[in-house]
Amino acid sequence: MSTTTVAHHDEHTDHPTGIMRWLTTTNHKDIGTMYLTFSLIMFLVGGSMILGIRAELFQPGLQLIKPDFFNQLIGVHALIMIFAALMPAATGFANWMLPLQIGAPDMALPRLNNWGFWLLPPSAILLTLPFTLALFGIGDGALATGWTFYPPLSIQGGIGVDFAIFAVHLLGISSVLGSINIIVTLFNMRAPGMTLMKMPMFAWGWLITAFLLIATIPVLAGAVTMLLTDRHFGTHFFDAAGGGDPIMFQHLFWFFGHPEVYILLLPVWGFIPQILQTFSRKPMYGYKAQVYSLWAIGAMSVVVWAHHFFTAGMPVPALLYFMYSTMAISLPLAVLFFCWIKTMWRGSMSFETPMLFTVGWIILFGIGGLTGLVLADVAADAQYHNSYFVVAHFHYTLFAGGIMGIMAGVYYWLPKMTGHMYNEKLGQLHFWLTAISFNLTFIPQFFLGLAGMPRRIPDYALQFAEFNMISSMAAFVLGLSQLIFVYNIISTVKGGKKATSQVWEGAEGLEWTLPSPPPYHSFTEQPIIK
Amino acid sequence: MTTHSNNHYYVPHGALYPVVLSAGLLTLASGFIFSVATDKNKDLAYLQTPGKWMMYIGAAIILLMTFKWLSAVVVESITGQYKKWEDKSFRIGMIVFICSEVAFFAAFFGALFYMRIISVPDLAAFDPIFTPYKDFLGTWPSAGPGGTVLGTEYKPGTLTPMAAWGLPAINTALLLSSGATITWAHWGLLKDNRKQLIFGLFLTVALGTAFLVCQAFEYHEAYTHMGLTLGSGAYGATFFMLTGFHGFHVTLGTIMLIVILLRSMQGHFSAKSHFGFEGVAWYWHFVDVVWLGLFIFVYWL
Ligand code: HEM
Ligand SMILES: [Cu+2]
Repeated sequence: MSTTTVAHHDEHTDHPTGIMRWLTTTNHKDIGTMYLTFSLIMFLVGGSMILGIRAELFQPGLQLIKPDFFNQLIGVHALIMIFAALMPAATGFANWMLPLQIGAPDMALPRLNNWGFWLLPPSAILLTLPFTLALFGIGDGALATGWTFYPPLSIQGGIGVDFAIFAVHLLGISSVLGSINIIVTLFNMRAPGMTLMKMPMFAWGWLITAFLLIATIPVLAGAVTMLLTDRHFGTHFFDAAGGGDPIMFQHLFWFFGHPEVYILLLPVWGFIPQILQTFSRKPMYGYKAQVYSLWAIGAMSVVVWAHHFFTAGMPVPALLYFMYSTMAISLPLAVLFFCWIKTMWRGSMSFETPMLFTVGWIILFGIGGLTGLVLADVAADAQYHNSYFVVAHFHYTLFAGGIMGIMAGVYYWLPKMTGHMYNEKLGQLHFWLTAISFNLTFIPQFFLGLAGMPRRIPDYALQFAEFNMISSMAAFVLGLSQLIFVYNIISTVKGGKKATSQVWEGAEGLEWTLPSPPPYHSFTEQPIIK
Repeated sequence: MTTHSNNHYYVPHGALYPVVLSAGLLTLASGFIFSVATDKNKDLAYLQTPGKWMMYIGAAIILLMTFKWLSAVVVESITGQYKKWEDKSFRIGMIVFICSEVAFFAAFFGALFYMRIISVPDLAAFDPIFTPYKDFLGTWPSAGPGGTVLGTEYKPGTLTPMAAWGLPAINTALLLSSGATITWAHWGLLKDNRKQLIFGLFLTVALGTAFLVCQAFEYHEAYTHMGLTLGSGAYGATFFMLTGFHGFHVTLGTIMLIVILLRSMQGHFSAKSHFGFEGVAWYWHFVDVVWLGLFIFVYWL
């Protein structure tokens, strides 16, 4: 790549200030900042909900929370964490970094971009409003079905289900808009000379994510629409009396749901190798192999969905097919792991906070992937299904693999975004507290699941008491440690040591050629890549 | 030394349309929820009237904002802000958007296939000793076996399926010819023949409207004479949801065609730059193709 200097004349000093700036903005950095801020806030909201759950589960018996409210908290926690914390964080990074990484003036469709963000707060309102309404005696609160909306429970449920259905609709529109924008940006806005195979890995991760979103989010929208008409307009999609089938909902939901777990992770798999090469001070290993693996995982992820309901009843050939195809995804995933590790191999490594999070991420996400392999075994899954083992598995993938990956990205790019270095000591403290308390929270849940404790219950048998107690205490430490993260971010935004353009000694790529923070309009003239 | 390309990309100024549009959607959605609110334990019927009003307000906001937003885009387009580079963005964006629409319809086609191939035959194949559905034949079209579910008794009743070779075949002919007329209009635009453009678009709008009229008639027949309703089990649900969403898309498409027709009459679009026209044309072809799928799998087979 050629080195670039960019003429940054602040021509547009006329853009509005104050609240109007944020409401109307078409600037990719402003929109990225809004996405990231929204994500952080919702992360805390969803986190406090689950601390309520863990408090209830501290001891056997019912102490604090009524069972119905317990179920509502669980479902809304999951929907918030997936749709309002993890996905917006990835989209926030995409907005901030993709134009910088590919040398573009902005995202390709700036006004749609703004709309994509501004659909999120209404969705968050729709998700949480039923709680407030219930306080005034309207309805019974939020949806109590878990995030998966399974009928017939979701057909019997109160207005909370309707609110969640429409929240999913708005979130879906937002995701589709975001994906359209990213696909167009990556296809049409790359700096001259940057061929597809020269794109940064983060761009690849997001490109495939966007394709998956386009293919699967509308299917979820269709499924919840059928739910809505079953609830209110007398259709029988999920009702055997009319020839329908509740299990059909599971097929439709997981046709979206399984690709969704990769939608949450592919962007992270994009920037993790970039962090690794920065702090190993050597180019990433196996660029092509990684790109092909990402494609393979993206393509395979849409044909394995039924492993989420092996126990619902399926013909044996179908069981076998879904088992083997699920397990086969581990192969390209293993290629990625190999490349990540090989990138560090004999590198001159240093362990600043982003790198700490990344290395921890590789190990913990690895545990998530391996336990998934166990769950994919049809025979074994008969015991694990619907148990705390599944809960532990998907928290190793979603909290460690998702959220901790995002945290690595935050520490990595925060100096670029704000122009200030974060507090390294606090960052490291945050990492160690998070990593340790995370494991203490979820390792016990593996054992609980193996011993037979079902998920989504407010009370449990006495023999599960010790592990639940450990898990609850650790969960509170995990929750409180995140306040360090929040504090560190806020103080970095406010001030701190000035960051250089390159920020990290080993950092390479177009985004590090711009000053920190980059000018309001990044590449008004595109650099030419050789 | 550094080299730069001299392209300049138009980044539109900020606007309030998206935020207000989202607020409209929030109002519409909450209004809808209130307007259908029922609850076994608590009386929620008092929410229904305010809910309806919220829906009207929400819909009004949405319509107004869509109109203003698109008008702003049209102004930007005719004042020449959009060059080749931006044009390409719109094209890729439209293609991806249509792909997402395909996925949406795929969900409902998937439900249709699942019910026909799996759930309806399965219900009929129950061991006679255990089945709650004694006399159920798993044949298609099916309104399901009936029975008591969640305390409500379902009577599938007799339904007459919609025959393919009546109105639906006429509708197929209407839509297919509208696909031809819009292509003819496009040729006119490329040759700078405004008359052909305008007349072609007019014909397309007319054919689209005729389609909608036929469909309204078909729905009316279904409800009044054929015992075929949204509640008619697997067949009724898939029939009305698939054709209904398609009809909704035809309606949107027709409105967009009318806008394009009016713009053509104003002298907008040129042989070189006419993304607005082509975007609508692509959308129209997509609606056409979906109809073919419907005709084959919903009406015919
Ligand atoms: C090789 C990798 C993986 C395999 C083989 C795998 C396999 C599975 C299986 C079979 C289940 C269903 C278990 C049951 O309910 O009985 C499951 C659940 C789940 N997995 Fe994975 N998984 C893998 C990776 C991931 C990743 C990367 C993520 C997220 C980013 C993820 C997220 C989830 C979630 C959220 C659930 C539970 C959903 C629910 O029931 O609420 N998995 N996994
Ligand atoms: Cu899965």
